[in-house]
Amino acid sequence: MKKYSVFAIAREAMRGHKGWEEQWSSPEPKKDYDVIIVGAGGHGLATAYYLATVHGITNVAVLEKGWLGGGNTGRNTTIIRSNYLYDESAGIYDHALKLWDGLSQELNYNVMYSPRGVMMLAHNVHDIQVLKRHVHANRLNGIDNEWLTPEAAKEFCPPLNISRDARYPVMGATLQRRGGTARHDAVAWGYARGASARGVHIIQNCEVTGVKRAPNGAVTGVETTRGFIGARKVGVVAAGHSSVIMNMAGVRMPLESYPLQALVSEPVKPVFPCVVMSNTVHAYISQSDKGELVIGAGTDQYVSYSQTGGLHVLQHTLDAICEMFPMFTRMKMLRSWGGIVDVTPDRSPILAKTPVPGLFVNCGWGTGGFKATPGSGHVFAHTIARDDPHPINAPFTIERFRTGRLIDEAAAAAVAH
Amino acid sequence: MLLIRCPYCEEERPELEFRNAGEAHIARSADMAATSDDDFEKFFFIRSNPKGIIYERWRHMHGCARFFNAVRDTVSDRFLMTYKAGEPKPAKLPGAAK
Repeated sequence: MKKYSVFAIAREAMRGHKGWEEQWSSPEPKKDYDVIIVGAGGHGLATAYYLATVHGITNVAVLEKGWLGGGNTGRNTTIIRSNYLYDESAGIYDHALKLWDGLSQELNYNVMYSPRGVMMLAHNVHDIQVLKRHVHANRLNGIDNEWLTPEAAKEFCPPLNISRDARYPVMGATLQRRGGTARHDAVAWGYARGASARGVHIIQNCEVTGVKRAPNGAVTGVETTRGFIGARKVGVVAAGHSSVIMNMAGVRMPLESYPLQALVSEPVKPVFPCVVMSNTVHAYISQSDKGELVIGAGTDQYVSYSQTGGLHVLQHTLDAICEMFPMFTRMKMLRSWGGIVDVTPDRSPILAKTPVPGLFVNCGWGTGGFKATPGSGHVFAHTIARDDPHPINAPFTIERFRTGRLIDEAAAAAVAH
Repeated sequence: MLLIRCPYCEEERPELEFRNAGEAHIARSADMAATSDDDFEKFFFIRSNPKGIIYERWRHMHGCARFFNAVRDTVSDRFLMTYKAGEPKPAKLPGAAK
């Protein structure tokens, strides 16, 4: 792997940019691997990268039915934050946030992590109480979060409408300054390049159609559209399709998949300095470095794999955006799309061993998995390599739905779903 | 937005009038206290989440307010049929050639 640097740019500029190499190779699949990762999204590629770099396991294949980073990794609104209520969540999301800081250097790939601050708005007394509780809980866990008055919120984000006459007036906000955004495609590409350089095989257009198990129950490999590929360990990181893959191995999951939509506006000059989220009116917004406003909407109410979603869901969000930011009322929207998110009953992910020996699963990130990408890959690689969870993901078992030891961010209210 | 046929109103109405109420044909135990942890998990948390035909409950919230069941393809979101609550899971589906 040739290192990217200012000198490389100068050298290539002299040579007509003919010396850039492919960022990752596309080898033919081998007969078998030590580890197969199902799903070449951010989480899957990060898992492969950390298997190679931290655990020295490089005989790894990442199988992807479509193209790399073409699922939820390329469809999310790129928001990064770690201001979750419960200790377990704080542990895993802040682990990720610490890895975001320095990820571009680690990968030698600019993932454009921009800690521009994530503001969450309170519109009523309940919101204020819940968000203040979050601030206190976060601080006890060593996570930065602070309470802002409406005036302070407006100072931090000038487009915000803090008029008392608003339909949902802003009564305060929390601010996590370390939160922000990153370029989602670059995250997938950077991990893919790093993993490929260490010998990991990234195999695109290769859909898993079955999971093979030995008479003793252990995983022996996967059936794919490109034939059988053997492996001692299989990690399922297939987002909205995780339950489909797990069913192939005979494991029924506590998951439901819903379309989640997002949209971007036409690109404009820098007008929006941070990330603003409002869970009460259900809208998130930030501005990409290209200039588009990136807006997150809600999920549809029914199980679906259609990657579209209803128009009324977008309309609802745009109503809220126009209410909070009147300057955007005449902004034209450019594109909208949907991704399929796998949601657990307690709205916390599952990163764990499964009842099937050799089968591991990293799923259930629901509507908020992007922010966790580096941390998720890091602890999932540990889980696969050691056949034992990392202390950070140890609470995120499948068994918690039998024991009742839930990580109930669903009831924590201020987490966006 | 989906158009959904309420089997009680016998009318196709926009999705906004309805609330999805999750997977259908999951029987609640008559004696919850005697239910094992395994069975409770299956009843309360485990879902089939199919990529394909789903049997699901809907409620005509802003209409007759009654619950009913529907059969839908989760890939195309096309409804195959709807039927009244309490009716058995249909053995044969209309237009389910594939």
